[in-house]
Amino acid sequence: MAAIALTGLTKDYPGGVRALDGLELDVADGEFFALLGPSGCGKTTILRTIAGLEEATAGTVVIGGDDVTRLPPGRRDVAMVFQDYALFPHMTVTDNVAYPLRIRKVPTAERRGRAAETAGQLGLTKQLDRRPGQLSGGQQQRVALARAMACHPRVFLFDEPLSNLDARMRLEARTFLKRLQRELAVTTVFVTHDQAEALALADRIAVLSDGRVRQVGTPTEVFRRPANTFVASFIGSTPMNLLPGTVTAGARVLVGDAALPAPVGEIAPGTPVVYGIRPEYLRLTPTAGEDTVTGEITVVENLGSTQLLTLEGPAGTVQVVVPEDSEAAPGAPLHVVPRADRALLYRPDGDGELLTNCPTPGGAAPGA
Amino acid sequence: MSPRELLGRVGRYTLLSLVLAFFALPLLWLATAPFDRTPEIAASWPEFTLDNVRELLDNENALRSLRNSVLLAGGTCALVVTLSALAAYALSRVRLPGRDGLLYALLLLSSIVTGTAAMVPLFNLAYELDLIDSRLGVILVLTGGLLPSAIFILKDFTDATPVSYEESARVFGASPLQIVRHLVVPLIRPGLATIGVWSVAQVWGNFLIPFLLLRSPEKSPAAVVMYTFYTEGGQPDLALISTFSLLYSLPVVLMFLFVSSRYGFRFHGGIKR
Ligand SMILES: Nc1ncnc2c1ncn2[C@@H]1O[C@H](COP(=O)(O)OP(=O)(O)O)[C@@H](O)[C@H]1O
Ligand SMILES: [Mg+2]
Repeated sequence: MAAIALTGLTKDYPGGVRALDGLELDVADGEFFALLGPSGCGKTTILRTIAGLEEATAGTVVIGGDDVTRLPPGRRDVAMVFQDYALFPHMTVTDNVAYPLRIRKVPTAERRGRAAETAGQLGLTKQLDRRPGQLSGGQQQRVALARAMACHPRVFLFDEPLSNLDARMRLEARTFLKRLQRELAVTTVFVTHDQAEALALADRIAVLSDGRVRQVGTPTEVFRRPANTFVASFIGSTPMNLLPGTVTAGARVLVGDAALPAPVGEIAPGTPVVYGIRPEYLRLTPTAGEDTVTGEITVVENLGSTQLLTLEGPAGTVQVVVPEDSEAAPGAPLHVVPRADRALLYRPDGDGELLTNCPTPGGAAPGA
Repeated sequence: MSPRELLGRVGRYTLLSLVLAFFALPLLWLATAPFDRTPEIAASWPEFTLDNVRELLDNENALRSLRNSVLLAGGTCALVVTLSALAAYALSRVRLPGRDGLLYALLLLSSIVTGTAAMVPLFNLAYELDLIDSRLGVILVLTGGLLPSAIFILKDFTDATPVSYEESARVFGASPLQIVRHLVVPLIRPGLATIGVWSVAQVWGNFLIPFLLLRSPEKSPAAVVMYTFYTEGGQPDLALISTFSLLYSLPVVLMFLFVSSRYGFRFHGGIKR
């Protein structure tokens, strides 16, 4: 077990692609750490650089206090589960799981026993003599996990290990993975492009875009207080509404024709801002008021226990999550009130950073 | 079935039988002539005898030449399989500018290396290198001629092996040689088997190179020795030639059957799980 520290990590691929740009990241000992970002943002590159499969152009990789930047992959004491699992098709499950031990010259009988034991812990006892091609996706994933566990590494590196499973299996495997990591307490870096997966599994999440860290925090922090508009629109099953507005003299934000309560703090009146509110934190109200967003329903999407409505109005396009029994029909007018304590203000330019940290005073009650 | 269809069918099968017979007759000759007291250049019902076989077994040149063929074929096969596997693996993993062009050029030139056109320079080269009348010389020349095609075929197999297998093994600490032994060789085994059999068959049937480079009859392979089977009267000794031909073709057929049942032949890559 060991902490990981990436300092000033830069990776240029031949051909001039800069996949990582001066990346700083600290993963604590025993932590379940998720790297989250859209495809192509450099997640796999980070993982491969930690594993030693890619050489860093600049910067250092420290694992458990040892600088491993120049060490070959086999001497870093890490185990990696690849996106395609990379199980060896010509070996049985036992031989696959025992392979790391074979490299370490553990005698055949002993390594078979240990492999069978590890595979047994992951519920693979009946599959020991099968080839990977004869296993289901979920079983293959567990064989890959067992093989990574078999060498008792200091660090686990998982590259989208759930993305090849169907939706139901993925939920099962997610719970399984979380419990396993808790029990083993091995530092784990987990790559995913699925924000729900990251929120559900990780102790902490790093949200990445274009080879840069955009925010690091616990799932709650990242969900509640996205540090910039990129994170705000990336995290959450429905993206946050980001509406252009202006701060008014009354410590509100004028969005379209609505003066919405917001944590304005010290921001001078007249400053242009982006008003961020999640669709879940907008509430239906029967009457229009000065702090209601008004619009016409254009799309109704059924999400099971809730509905996602898309409104078009003076404030722009706004999405709202409403209870399943709301009678909403396209074309109908609708008024919604934001939950003031969940509103966030962002800079409209630059990287769209979060503008203020002070919580909204309780007085800005909606519907007044 | 209408009469028309019937007629069509009869016509088709007649044609097929004629074509088959054209190719089967020489084989029929190979099956009958060795056991015929008076073999001719025609397949005929044999007056059965085993005298020809006895005569062949008494001919020490014949048996020694088969042993020479085995040596040449085995040596070439080992070299071709080892070298082409390493080269194909390297070529599919290392980015080289103009890699495919290089491969096609080699392929094109290889037909010249062992071809008739290069006889004189080949002979000169072997002479300068002191490789005349040496089995090693023959093996090296044949290997050179076979390698490009072998690399070309094997590269398809190595290309089809996902890099993630090797990377996974590297993270576990496997050395390049371990990766080749544990992963690459088992995964491209059908390709290796194909290359092995193909190179043995190529050497087994090659007349020109050993004829050119070997001097002493004790070193000549079967394909060359067969050419010396004449009677005292200067006529081809058909009894000996036919019997020897049968013996000569059997090992290759057996090898083919064995390898094909064991590994299966494929000329393209792709992992069978
Ligand atoms: N071997 C490579 N050669 C050149 N560019 C690469 C290579 N691997 C990845 N890249 C580029 O680096 C960037 C990050 O890739 P990657 O780390 O695979 O992203 P992710 O895993 O987040 O989808 C992408 O723009 C990708 O095109
Ligand atoms: Mg990736």
